[in-house]
Amino acid sequence: MDFTYDDEQQALREAVRGLLATTYGDHEARRRTVKEQPGYDRALWARLAEMGILGLPFSEADGGVGAGPVEIAIVCQELGRVLAPEPYLASVVHAGGLVAAVGTPEQRADLLGRLSAGEIVLAAADTSPGKRWSSHTRGVRAAVEGTAWSLTGVADPVMNGESADVLVVSAALPDDAGTGVFVVDAGDVERTGYAAADLTRAASIRFDATAATPLGQPGRDLAPSIATISDLTRILGANQALGVMQSQVRATTDYLKSRKQFGVTLNTFQALTFRAADMYVSLELAHSTVDWATMTIAGGDRAAVADAADRVGLQVSRAGRHIGQEAIQLHGGIAMTAEYAVGVGTAHLTVLEQWLGNAWHHLDRLSGRVTEHDTVEALG
Amino acid sequence: MQLELSPADAEFRTRMREFFTTEVPREIRDTVLEGRHLTREQIVQSQRILDAEGLAVPHWPVEWGGQDWTDLQRHLWHEEMQRAGVPAPLAFNTSMIGPVIAHFGSEEQKKRFLPATASLDIWWSQGFSEPDAGSDLAGLRTAAVRDGDDWVVNGQKTWTTLGQYGDWIFTLVRTDPEVKKQAGISMLLIDMTTPGVEVRPIELIDGGHEVNEVWFSDVRVPGDLLVGEPGQGWTIAKFLLGNERVGVAPVGATKRALATLKATAADRLADPLVRARVAELENDLLALELTALRVAAHSSEGAPHPASSVLKLRGTELQQAVSELALDLAGPASLAARAGDDSPLEGWARRTAPTYLNLRKASIYGGSNEIQRQIISRTILGL
Repeated sequence: MDFTYDDEQQALREAVRGLLATTYGDHEARRRTVKEQPGYDRALWARLAEMGILGLPFSEADGGVGAGPVEIAIVCQELGRVLAPEPYLASVVHAGGLVAAVGTPEQRADLLGRLSAGEIVLAAADTSPGKRWSSHTRGVRAAVEGTAWSLTGVADPVMNGESADVLVVSAALPDDAGTGVFVVDAGDVERTGYAAADLTRAASIRFDATAATPLGQPGRDLAPSIATISDLTRILGANQALGVMQSQVRATTDYLKSRKQFGVTLNTFQALTFRAADMYVSLELAHSTVDWATMTIAGGDRAAVADAADRVGLQVSRAGRHIGQEAIQLHGGIAMTAEYAVGVGTAHLTVLEQWLGNAWHHLDRLSGRVTEHDTVEALG
Repeated sequence: MQLELSPADAEFRTRMREFFTTEVPREIRDTVLEGRHLTREQIVQSQRILDAEGLAVPHWPVEWGGQDWTDLQRHLWHEEMQRAGVPAPLAFNTSMIGPVIAHFGSEEQKKRFLPATASLDIWWSQGFSEPDAGSDLAGLRTAAVRDGDDWVVNGQKTWTTLGQYGDWIFTLVRTDPEVKKQAGISMLLIDMTTPGVEVRPIELIDGGHEVNEVWFSDVRVPGDLLVGEPGQGWTIAKFLLGNERVGVAPVGATKRALATLKATAADRLADPLVRARVAELENDLLALELTALRVAAHSSEGAPHPASSVLKLRGTELQQAVSELALDLAGPASLAARAGDDSPLEGWARRTAPTYLNLRKASIYGGSNEIQRQIISRTILGL
């Protein structure tokens, strides 16, 4: 049982933090970046590729670095810390994770090799309009003639779908045979881009008998793998949310110490400092759960990872609401403005939560399992 | 970062689990697990069993019966004890006055008191709070005046938990009314059989007799029963209250209470609203336990980890929340709180209202949750 980072992990954090500071040293840089295509900084993305950050999760055989979940978690925390709009979670963790989980060796080497090198960007299209979080996609349907596969339907929202080069699409297999995962050239689809609530870019994507290549063995039901990759993405998204919340608590504390009203700094008022203390409590409880869930991944047990994803999803969603709302309230009007990072952080937390699974969803799943155990054991 | 216990720690936990579940009598553990009251004799018996095995005071100095354990091992010891339903060693003895005497006491005081404190041959009571000195403890007024080698004590203490069982009481008294209020306080050890000591019960909202007033009228205390130096009482009190890093949050006991409730009210778990409340509490308890582990694994020797305040604050809230769930599950049966044992209503359900009411104390004692928020905002956040 050990909650500390080793020296190499600390060095990785310092390196990523240092690199991100060169691009997002102030919030104004993020504002400018999200206003222009592709909604993130291509030069920064290239630097992340050079540093091996984009290839962290993937094996060396696939062109990656073969790092563990803790290293990827550190990157996500640092991205969250500065509200970086780079599509690391969408492209590397989620879409790349799907390719790594179900692709053939050739597909993995090709797609993940190019992804790691920064040559292509991926997006995972697995959400259908009106659908909630599920590994059984129905909005996009696959058809096959001979060995030629095609997809028809709509995926929306697709995070980072607007500028991705390659789409990794979950689609219903013919004859109710489950869910397959397909690779589609983004040039072959009709897509409508838009900004999400936090100004990161997403898209609505229409497939119309679009040519698609099955990932892995054609026709096989991949729902379990899709679910596991969603769980991993949930946990790493929780790391990103943790980074956001840490920044918000820090900013709020600094603000209370410096902002003057009635001739005194705001930390003179106990009504405010007590609420900041409660934010810290939420933050620390979420932090512990995030670290635990991240460590659970290394064990490799799918059921344990699924359980950890629900537990951290619930804890971080609750904490995100609490901290995100209080950060705005304790700042006052300034945090309602787009030019100030705190309120944008709350928007980002909101997007992460509704994209990856909100408290309600995770509580529903956990509620279904309460009779399966006497107690929940932290130490197994 | 690693989730698993090391083989040595896993072996340690197994050893604790085996000892607690085989050496402490079933009757005592069942009483705890079912939320019934222990007798004084049961508490003493249990602590003697632990002490004989060196498990009553592991955090004391080794020469006085402590164990050279890591904080994580102490956490495991505490969790396994609670899981097994073993009553925790009496906090007044093992967490409060024992470490104080070991740290501040004279050699004579150590020899006289520490072994008997560990074995519960002496039952200690705490004499800190007064009617006008609660969270503002330094405002205490109970006075001790020099008379030759002795101190003569007059005043009143209150909220003295289980004072009716006490053999001795450690008290904060004002020995110098002339100086700054914190600087005029000293700690005296007082034999509760001394003439002039009177314990008066306080009836609480749960109907129980758990706390008392303790009155001192010209109580003569020999000078060698002052701990440390005159005027050092405030320093000692801060040491005592900030001494605990492990066991601050009643994680194991609250987990056990929730598990017991799930088993007892199993038929109600078909209700999705009940399931959701249970699931939310289980998740919050997990987050708390993980935070307790982080604190245990990361505290540097000596200084209390500031996140201890998080544990106290959240731990007591969750303890209270589980008692509220029990109350809500019991429903009208909880009205029969003071019906006799021949009541046709189930015992667990009848106990829920008193337990719920009793546990309101948890966010008040040991530094109220408002004091904890103060510590967090000042010490951790620098506000």
